[in-house]
Amino acid sequence: METKINSGCETCEHFNKDGLKKLGVRTDNFDFVVALAGNPNTGKSTVFNALTGLRQHTGNWPGKTVTRAEGGFEYNTKKYKLVDLPGTYSLMSTSEDEQAARDFILFGKPDVTVIVVDANRLERNLNLVLQILEITDKAVLCLNLMDEAERNAIEIDVRTLSRDLGIPVVPASARFNRGIPELIQTISEIASGKIICKPHRIKSVPENIEKAVKTLTVEIEKEFPNISNSRWIAFRLLEGDKQIIEALKTGEFV
Amino acid sequence: MKQNNIDNIIELSNELRWQIGDEFHDNLTESIYADAADIVKDSVRSNDSKRRFRLDAKIDKIVTSKRFGFPIMFLILGTVLWLTIQGANYPSSLLANLLLDTIHPALKSGAASLGMPWWLDGFLIDGVYLAVAWVIAVMLPPMAIFFPMFTLLEDFGYLPRVAFNLDALFNKSGAHGKQALTMSMGFGCNAAGVVAARIIDSPRERLIAILTNNFSLCNGRWPTQILIATIFIGAVVPKSSSSLVSLLAVIGVAVLGMAFMFGVSWGLSKTVLKGEVSTFNLELPPYRPPRFWKTIYTSLIDRTLIVLWRAIVFAAPAGAVIWLISNIHIGNESIAAWAINGMDGFGFLLGLNGVILLAYIVAIPANEIVIPTILMLTVLVTGVGVGEGAGVMFELDSINATADVLKAGGWTLLTAINLMLFSLLHNPCSTTIYTIYKETNSVKWTVVASVMPVILGFIVTFLVAQLWRLIF
Repeated sequence: METKINSGCETCEHFNKDGLKKLGVRTDNFDFVVALAGNPNTGKSTVFNALTGLRQHTGNWPGKTVTRAEGGFEYNTKKYKLVDLPGTYSLMSTSEDEQAARDFILFGKPDVTVIVVDANRLERNLNLVLQILEITDKAVLCLNLMDEAERNAIEIDVRTLSRDLGIPVVPASARFNRGIPELIQTISEIASGKIICKPHRIKSVPENIEKAVKTLTVEIEKEFPNISNSRWIAFRLLEGDKQIIEALKTGEFV
Repeated sequence: MKQNNIDNIIELSNELRWQIGDEFHDNLTESIYADAADIVKDSVRSNDSKRRFRLDAKIDKIVTSKRFGFPIMFLILGTVLWLTIQGANYPSSLLANLLLDTIHPALKSGAASLGMPWWLDGFLIDGVYLAVAWVIAVMLPPMAIFFPMFTLLEDFGYLPRVAFNLDALFNKSGAHGKQALTMSMGFGCNAAGVVAARIIDSPRERLIAILTNNFSLCNGRWPTQILIATIFIGAVVPKSSSSLVSLLAVIGVAVLGMAFMFGVSWGLSKTVLKGEVSTFNLELPPYRPPRFWKTIYTSLIDRTLIVLWRAIVFAAPAGAVIWLISNIHIGNESIAAWAINGMDGFGFLLGLNGVILLAYIVAIPANEIVIPTILMLTVLVTGVGVGEGAGVMFELDSINATADVLKAGGWTLLTAINLMLFSLLHNPCSTTIYTIYKETNSVKWTVVASVMPVILGFIVTFLVAQLWRLIF
């Protein structure tokens, strides 16, 4: 019933297959928290199942995961807690699912954020990716549904993409377990600090806005020297995001 | 000191926001899209002529077309139901044979040989055990067929197309197009449909979706509809067409439920829940061939067994209650008989009877146990000699025997039709009520969601009964 891991990575010396234990719902005493984000209907829940060995129901319709699902796996004696966030197209609106996703990445401070995208619709998916990369710099892009992309004759230059985004990119077909070992290996390397990401920051911002953002960023960094997403907070403040203003006041960012 | 600095930052941001103007949000969004396009340009190459999207587009053109969209929907629904009805019969009687005809007598004789007092044996074996066994025998087979088929359709990607087809109707009734998805979930389980309403952003439209989800005929009610339609409605036409006619009757009730969903949504959005219809993007995902065995497996574990477990948990105490009210006497009548006699007059007005009304009260925890409760109570009151004694829920060997009991209880075609209507239009089960409370956090809306369908049910069955009696 289960497809066996049929990836070449299984035998690769870098991937320690015996070090992997799928923990299902047992998520106590974890060492790292991993968030799973992405657009609706990109197969996040399938990736979640492949990583945790759980069989959370997956459905081919957008918005299927409305509640946060949690599961775990162990790799090389470290325990990872995996949180499957609701699928969203953006993090800038106030709907319940977008806020849930955003709050978790922002305040939950996951050690790694796995961004699952549909390889067939990369450009549209990048909207969310670029927003997430403003918030966190510990992320990996899981380029899912590669099997469909191949059938659709879409070729993706993974190395260029990875260089442009400044984060590791792992092509995968979670339904067939392809790319999952590589993903696990990458997650562990980001969590342990072996891979340092230098994520892409939104560039094509008009001059006057960029200037305002810089001014604000400097002030924010003076107050909170240790936060990595000062620029994103500046964006939100300029937008007049009440929740972020509140969070600043209550010191939730520290 | 620190607080002061933060206030300064916020002050500064307010000032800057003023300077950069109110196109900030759009500017930022444009920047993101420009960056995305830039990145994709360098790393993605596609050969447009080979895209498989065209096949998807072709299928979509048919299944979402004005002419074929709805017929295809009903055809698929009809096929799924027909397979469920046909396929569930055999395993159902097999399970009934095992649990009711074999294990139940064995338990009884075991209890007798242990010298168990009659009331304990009756309470545990005739009440609790039989209720549970009945629910398993009747519910497990249709669920084990219906849920996997529904899940296969879902995995294939058909549900968003249903939403697409129904979007215009929901829009006209002032509701959100995504309500089509929560409605579909409701066809499986209303509690699940209520939770699924979280995908709707606007609180107003979400509330409408929650309040009207009960009009989706849920899994606990399909067997009732199927059984009654087979016995009474299929019987008025020649045998050759009876199964088709019963099937159409069931689909008719389901469609009527959808009509009520639109009507009530419209009414709510024009009165207490006024507001604009919000727009949304519905992405039609590519069709994906489902991974057959995996889907069967997950839907059996995730849906079938979980729903069955819930039914069992509620059936056990309900069985106990039925046994108790049938065996505890006040004066020379049991509590059940008192209640039935008391409600008979009101039941008659609705074209129903006291037994049915009492059964719906007993069965608030789970719709699945309505029919066994009705049968048991009918036997108790009419004294037809098929049952096993006061307070014993039983499975009758054949559909004919069920019909005999109901006819002896004074049932007519009108009773059957109104039971089907009342099964559609009555309060949600207790799990759904609790879920509505958890999701809305409001006692008021929970009460509305619970009481409104019952009132509608009273009105509809009353009108049907009066018209019927006028004509026939």
